[in-house]
Amino acid sequence: MTIETKIGIGASMPRREDARLLSGRGRFTDDLLLPRMAHAAMFGSPHAHARIVRIDTAAAAALKGVLGVFTGKDLAGVMGPMPTLATPPVVQHCVAFERARHVGEPIAVVVAESRYIAEDAVALIEVEFEELPVVVDPEAAVKSTGNAVLHPEFGSNIVHQSRHAWGPVEEAFSQAAHVVCREFRWPRVGPQPLETCAAIADYDAITGHFQVWANMSQQSVIGPKFAKILHTDMAHMTFHIRDVGGSFGGKATLYHVPLLAAVLSREIGRPVKFVEDRAEHMTAGNQHASDRLYKAELAINAENRFTGLRLRVLDDMGAYFLIATGAHGNALAQATGPYQIDALEYDLTCVVTNKTQQAPYRGFGGEVGNFVLERMVDAAAAELGVHPVELRRRNFIANDQFPYRTPVGNLYDSGDYTRVLDAAMALADEHKIWDMPKHAAPGKRIGIGLATVNERSVLSMTEFWLLDADPIFPQSSSPESVQVSIHADGTVNVSIFAPHWGNSPETMAAQITAHELMIPPEWIRVVQVGTDGGMLSKGPAGSRYTAMLAGAILGACTKLKQRILAIGAHRLGVLIDEAVYADGQVTCKADSSRAIALPDIARASHSHRLDFPGDDQTFRSGLTESFTCDHPRATLPTQDRTDLGVFYPIVGHACHIAVVEVDEATQSSRVIRYVAVHDAGTIVNPRLVDGQIRGGIAQGIGTALYEQYLYDDEGQLVNATLADYGVPTSEEIPDMILGHVETPSPFTAYGIKGCGEGGRLAAMPALAAAFDDAYRDSNLYVDRLPMTPSALHTKLSQLKPV
Amino acid sequence: MTNEKQETTAITLTVNGETMSGVVEPRMLLSDFIRQDLQLTGTHVGCEHGVCGACTILIDGVSVRSCLTFAVQAEGCRIETVEGLLERDGKLSPLQQAFSDHHALQCGFCTPGLLMTATELLRTRPGASRDDIRDAISGNLCRCTGYQTIIDAIFDMGTRLLAEEKSA
Ligand code: FES
Ligand code: FES
Repeated sequence: MTIETKIGIGASMPRREDARLLSGRGRFTDDLLLPRMAHAAMFGSPHAHARIVRIDTAAAAALKGVLGVFTGKDLAGVMGPMPTLATPPVVQHCVAFERARHVGEPIAVVVAESRYIAEDAVALIEVEFEELPVVVDPEAAVKSTGNAVLHPEFGSNIVHQSRHAWGPVEEAFSQAAHVVCREFRWPRVGPQPLETCAAIADYDAITGHFQVWANMSQQSVIGPKFAKILHTDMAHMTFHIRDVGGSFGGKATLYHVPLLAAVLSREIGRPVKFVEDRAEHMTAGNQHASDRLYKAELAINAENRFTGLRLRVLDDMGAYFLIATGAHGNALAQATGPYQIDALEYDLTCVVTNKTQQAPYRGFGGEVGNFVLERMVDAAAAELGVHPVELRRRNFIANDQFPYRTPVGNLYDSGDYTRVLDAAMALADEHKIWDMPKHAAPGKRIGIGLATVNERSVLSMTEFWLLDADPIFPQSSSPESVQVSIHADGTVNVSIFAPHWGNSPETMAAQITAHELMIPPEWIRVVQVGTDGGMLSKGPAGSRYTAMLAGAILGACTKLKQRILAIGAHRLGVLIDEAVYADGQVTCKADSSRAIALPDIARASHSHRLDFPGDDQTFRSGLTESFTCDHPRATLPTQDRTDLGVFYPIVGHACHIAVVEVDEATQSSRVIRYVAVHDAGTIVNPRLVDGQIRGGIAQGIGTALYEQYLYDDEGQLVNATLADYGVPTSEEIPDMILGHVETPSPFTAYGIKGCGEGGRLAAMPALAAAFDDAYRDSNLYVDRLPMTPSALHTKLSQLKPV
Repeated sequence: MTNEKQETTAITLTVNGETMSGVVEPRMLLSDFIRQDLQLTGTHVGCEHGVCGACTILIDGVSVRSCLTFAVQAEGCRIETVEGLLERDGKLSPLQQAFSDHHALQCGFCTPGLLMTATELLRTRPGASRDDIRDAISGNLCRCTGYQTIIDAIFDMGTRLLAEEKSA
């Protein structure tokens, strides 16, 4: 057995991150204590929509231990507005002034010797508000006028409107044998990681330099924007990497917390820590995701083949528009799912309302598209009288159609959807799911649901603007960089950029480097460098990290191995093509007893430069190589957007089979069995992939059964605690039965596809179908989530009026 | 409430076997005292309102949410935190190792609280079934793992403890 098969790609190598996290030595942002560090607390708006007439900070400022009190106006003089991806920009300040647009929006901020004092001072701030009309209903927001318009410069609450059609849409619908029409309501949910957003900043007045520690990500990409906002430049900012207590996408657009810490540190001349409390995280943490209404139509021909899909979507973005239409660009990457559907129409309206604004959440809109499409397929099966599994099989893209171009222009790299479906059906069979009696226990019903969805992965960046006709910032880079250095003793240092936010970047880096250099992982140290390392990194987002990191490591190691081979061959006195590098040594092809081990090569490279030809850069001192991996396959959209280009071409697939049990009296439900089979291409570390899938499914169960941010008519978030919001506990999440199919991607290093979002991309439609099945006798059709007892009760009573 | 004249109180307690003391305001949360004053930052704070369980520690052997406890209430108590779980030689304890072996943690933010809940459970009921464990950890939220592997780890540890008890 070579080393490779034991430790490399495909092995369940133990995690590097675990020891420190298990022993209480994690490096979370709030764990850092700096000398003279002060603490910030915010005054959040109690109103959903109000003009700020007057702020009296005198009593707060006079409190002993208070170092500064700042209003939005104060800060606007020393910093610019927040970054946004929207065209045209919807201006947002870290601390609002003139107008509060959602409950919890920061209105003032206090810095004090301790957080206790800071919070005491917040309680002493007096604000006079003049209430404005509150908009919480997205359909009403479309028609808002006058003072109900949140951003008067827009003239209305509509911040984006577009209609695009790809392929023969009219023809598909005019010639359809059958058209299925449904409407859907997708709930406002969010990631709610266990760790809230946190930042520490330390400004040095002498050098004008900021140090920032925050549980944000993409520091090398967003850093220069932060610098500009703070009226400085990147040469005066250092972002450090910390452990992150979960993100699930939400912290990818974490801006106001680190920006505030930075500006406050400069204002008071001391390090400042700002950690959100949970209520702030829920109301002002930008932790809400898609909040959509759909009108969908699916055209089907006489052979029961899908020919066209029309989606009319209204999305409630909350009070600002930071992520622009990114979550719709995302959904468009696989809007037609695993099916061959040649025509698509997407009619999108985005409105602002008096709620906290949207941020990414695992799936980033793709999960909503998957839900709608799968629900449409189930509706079609019911209307056509065809078995839903058979209808899926009939419409699947066939194996010989890959790489498959979708109507919008995106590419699916590879797949075998039938094999994934067969594997899931077989697993369900093996676990006797099909035999489960409908009424296992008295007063209980059981329902089984299935979904087959695609799992786009490896984000490019065009999704954020491809629906804009004339984007301000048409970004298209999504690089990942590494530096691999081999020390003089043969051990290795791998520098990566990304934070650990629950994925396993250090383990991945060690495992892939061990695989590529064919050395034991114990020889490899992985370090996370911040922006001072000068490496460009997009970090974890859009299920891209492992695939892109692998590409970067492969690139750096390939360069290294060429040099290792040259040095080794020179030492052995043979030509390069007479030697080979494997298992940590260079060996003579003709005589395998003649070999030189990596540590000896490394020592030669570090210390014996004059033993080698002087003019050949191959032999330059030291073995250090860096590599930046760009997206392997992405392209730009055309100017007219008739072709959106290739923007999410690494496409996995999943089939989920869920079993729910519903109590007939209380309509409360539980997920009691769960089968999931995923194709995430080549699997680097099976145990970690399973972890991602399970975690995603657990969040999917939350979305489908329990979670929702609930706003009342006044725009108050009425369930702003983790308990009321409904993050599932261990009682609500069943054990899961997992299976895998591997169709390697032809585009990525080793054929890896992303798998970070897959569980949540697939779970909701399977669960919805399970509810349908439980109440098949009443013709239940789940078209909104979550299916809480009261939601289910309402649905059922509409079906069977008493 | 202002802090102009906050009274302070001296407290002494044992933390992971060591006697420690501090001077605190009566309103100081035990979680803050542990994290800030004692600089034992392994105990995490996820909600500060008693829901998430990330701040779970043991006081006199019983699991407690340190965010719902004032530091002054711990006067004279025996406190155990995640930092006390390591073996004498600094290696991971069998329970910690089981968490790693079963991939029972991803971001690791919930993990210290879960380890303390599990420690209490395994001391009192090493024979707990998977269902018992599921029930026992239902006050500890984890947003990453879906809980299954956490239950696997605790069950595995319990099974080994039982076997050791029998052979002893
Ligand atoms: S921090 Fe104590 S229960 Fe959440
Ligand atoms: S491992 Fe992240 S919350 Fe449990």
